[in-house]
Amino acid sequence: MTELATALQNWEPVIGLEVHVQLATRSKAFAPSAILFGAPPNSLTDPVVLALPGTLPTFNKAALEMALRLGVATVSKIRAKSRFARKHYFYPDSPKGYQISQYDEPLCEEGVLDILLPEGGRKRVKLTRIHLEEDAGKSSHAGAFSLVDLNRAGAPLVEVVTAPELGSAEEAAEFMRALHRMVRYLGISEADMEKGQMRCDANVSLRRRGEDRLGTRAELKNINSFRFVQKAVEHEIARQARILDGGGTIVQETRLWDADRGASFSMRSKEEANDYRYLPDPDLPPLHVDGPLMMNVMRTMPELPMAKLDRFVRDYDLREPEARQLIEAPALADYFDAAIKAHGSDRAARTLAAWITTELGGALNRDGKSIEDSPVTPAHIAALVKLIDDGTISGKMAKTVFDEVYTTGTSPDAIVARDGLRQISDPVEIERIALEVMAASPKQVTAYRAGKDTLFGFFVGAVMKATGGKASPQVTSDVLRRLLS
Amino acid sequence: MIWSSVADQAHAVRTKAISAVELTRAYLERIAAKDGELGAYLAVDEAGAIAAATRVDECVARGEDPGPLAGVPVGLKDVFVTEGLATTAGSRILEGWIPPYDGTAVAQLRAAGAVVLGKLNCDEFAMGSSNENSAYKLCRNPWDLTRTPGGSSGGSAAAVAAGLCSFSLGTDTGGSIRQPAAMCGVVGIKPTYGRVSRWGVVAYASSLDQVGPLTRSVADAALVLEAICGHDPRDATSVVEPAPLLASAPTAGVDGLTIGIPVEYGGDIDPEIAAAVQRAAAILREAGANVVEISLPHTRYALPAYYVIAPAEASSNLARYDGIRYGIRRGEGGLAEVYRATRGAGFGAEVKRRIMLGTYALRAGYYDAYYKKAQQVRALIKRDFEQAYATCDAILSPTTPTPAFALGANATPYEMYLADVFTLACNLAGLPGASVPAARASSGLPIGVQILGRPLDEATVLRVAGAIERAAGVMDLHPPFAS
Repeated sequence: MTELATALQNWEPVIGLEVHVQLATRSKAFAPSAILFGAPPNSLTDPVVLALPGTLPTFNKAALEMALRLGVATVSKIRAKSRFARKHYFYPDSPKGYQISQYDEPLCEEGVLDILLPEGGRKRVKLTRIHLEEDAGKSSHAGAFSLVDLNRAGAPLVEVVTAPELGSAEEAAEFMRALHRMVRYLGISEADMEKGQMRCDANVSLRRRGEDRLGTRAELKNINSFRFVQKAVEHEIARQARILDGGGTIVQETRLWDADRGASFSMRSKEEANDYRYLPDPDLPPLHVDGPLMMNVMRTMPELPMAKLDRFVRDYDLREPEARQLIEAPALADYFDAAIKAHGSDRAARTLAAWITTELGGALNRDGKSIEDSPVTPAHIAALVKLIDDGTISGKMAKTVFDEVYTTGTSPDAIVARDGLRQISDPVEIERIALEVMAASPKQVTAYRAGKDTLFGFFVGAVMKATGGKASPQVTSDVLRRLLS
Repeated sequence: MIWSSVADQAHAVRTKAISAVELTRAYLERIAAKDGELGAYLAVDEAGAIAAATRVDECVARGEDPGPLAGVPVGLKDVFVTEGLATTAGSRILEGWIPPYDGTAVAQLRAAGAVVLGKLNCDEFAMGSSNENSAYKLCRNPWDLTRTPGGSSGGSAAAVAAGLCSFSLGTDTGGSIRQPAAMCGVVGIKPTYGRVSRWGVVAYASSLDQVGPLTRSVADAALVLEAICGHDPRDATSVVEPAPLLASAPTAGVDGLTIGIPVEYGGDIDPEIAAAVQRAAAILREAGANVVEISLPHTRYALPAYYVIAPAEASSNLARYDGIRYGIRRGEGGLAEVYRATRGAGFGAEVKRRIMLGTYALRAGYYDAYYKKAQQVRALIKRDFEQAYATCDAILSPTTPTPAFALGANATPYEMYLADVFTLACNLAGLPGASVPAARASSGLPIGVQILGRPLDEATVLRVAGAIERAAGVMDLHPPFAS
């Protein structure tokens, strides 16, 4: 039994997450500079970002609308009047000496986000709050020098804070996936974790199974991939269990997750914690959310992931795992919907889903492409499935056709017409070929009839080979069975 | 033309009676001759001023209108950010910083044709009431060189009084325009909070800071205010109302206005100042105003509330001076050492004191007891004024408890803080307020009285100030130093 599994027998993990998601506005939260990943260091700055004397922040309203979309999607209570606060700390990547955030009057409170449980089913996770804030710059340390890049400084973020009610590292990772999916559906963030557009801090504590009281927590910072969320939390659970089992106590502290070493290190204890000296920002008036703004947000809400999942299962009779796969990215779900529409029959949904997740998904995955870059359109997939449905081509032939569609972008109908592809499903024609095959392989016929059933595939293959793969597998199989019996 | 009004100077330039360059040179020569003794300027931008004046003259020559402040030479308190011209806020920590941009008020002055002569002395980061907190040099009162010009816009008041600029801009967080204006015998106006953009003004206490003119007449003040007021999208606290039309206000009279005199503003003040207020009240009554007593019961809490709110905001606003991006940098080795050494060397004693006060007030667990409580007091002070304005149109009071005091006289910070006791409430309530010269003390020092108005009602403040100015008969007096 692993250390973690042993730990989990005695201890129940209680996990809360604080997730930062960068909003996809064109300019910064309180400054005119553009936001662009990968620009030369410090090229995306201006007097406000540099905190030059005399500069003032002005709030980018686009960020508000985006945050409201998340608030509505998570059924949060939205404050008609929220407020920005200054959170003070000295660090070179924080040019003003404070970060503009929200403190006691956040934009959203008491929301929920449903996560998909790996074993099936869902869990509704309470959100304590969602608030707006600005990002800091990036520090890197090179020997005796420290370098600061302020390109990211001032980018708008939402911080999503969950209640401490995630029960495992898997659930923590699933929460991240659910939030990632949600913000992409809402179109408010690309949430690319590799670009730091989504980052997570995790509060982890253990309590003896059966107890209600929360244990002392440690905060893990700097978690920046789905995989690391799970690893970091698992590591922390094991670390705390080891201490508790050894009769020790957990120190309330902030720990830094080092993904390279797969370990965490103490950053500061509770006593060393910053006093952020929160102050309502006197440069920024309260943030008002009025009726027309809310109406506009509500009116333009897309279908959300869980609703889509329900619809795929309910209307298209998809199996849950396949439906989960399809809703993972909004573009993929849209692709599936478009394919059904192009095909015209809901009954083809399962077949379409299979083609999209298996053949297309496999090919895209192999080539590192996303569904947005797919050379195969939803109409192509629909046409391919129709050709199978009406018996024009076999499933096997369809795979060959698919490969060409994928490579060349030519439509399946055009390929079929050009190559005269048509499966042979006339039993008389197939019987003629089958008899030729049998005549050429008397030993195998004898062996099969003597009970070597596995040779059946040999005959099917031989017929296929003789017809250039055009024989209907079903008819071939029927005919062979009759002739060989 | 040195002592001519802003309007007359602009008119003379526009009609080619004098060139902007001539006018500018006249002031530059006076600065060169007199400012060594006075200490009003921290930096004189001779080349920039001549270049700006030349552009105004070229504009006139082309038959175009350079604007209502055509060629009028202005001095700027050194908290105004000026493109290409060093801006120090009177602090060592900003030594050597050359800003890459102009603040809004400065840009508006330039657009109206004004010529920037240079940057004026002030208390460090506008914190002080005597200009003695300037990190660079002492500024003296032109009426008595042993006395303070007041502060924090001390250089702005002294330069105008001494004729070293036609007018100046100052900032007022707790009285920093009105108090030095009173002490130097000039007009100073702090408009309604949000009237003039704070973009490009080095921040002291953001919820209180406001830009305003210091001038030799109420009419000049009206003209300058028209040029610098108005909504600015770069300042989120800027009021949306368009700039008011004020030109006719100074001469509009006070007939039918009701002027309130707060009963609480008596107390411990110089008898000559009390007499000046009485005299101003009599002038207004004679001019047709109705003078009544009003009550502002929470005024006594203005000083303690101010000295929580202003330092709290200052401690936050001054966090950016860390030696990393601009200004001086001191200290070797680690980051913490750079912070300590830079801020230790860069900030003066009063600035450090206020940063400490503010940091203390904002500590976790103390917020409610200090900052929040002070904001509640502030709301009560605001309500006092709202109730008063139900029965009066403007409020008359002393500007300062005493005329200009001797340099070095105020031994403790608290005694110095008392110099602003009459002016603080106006900032806490965000109201427009002015100081206008109303009398002379027996010592010969100027005495100003304060007029406060309703929010956005600078016009009434100017009407009342204009009426006092006309009848008080101290307007055309100039300090002997200036002649």
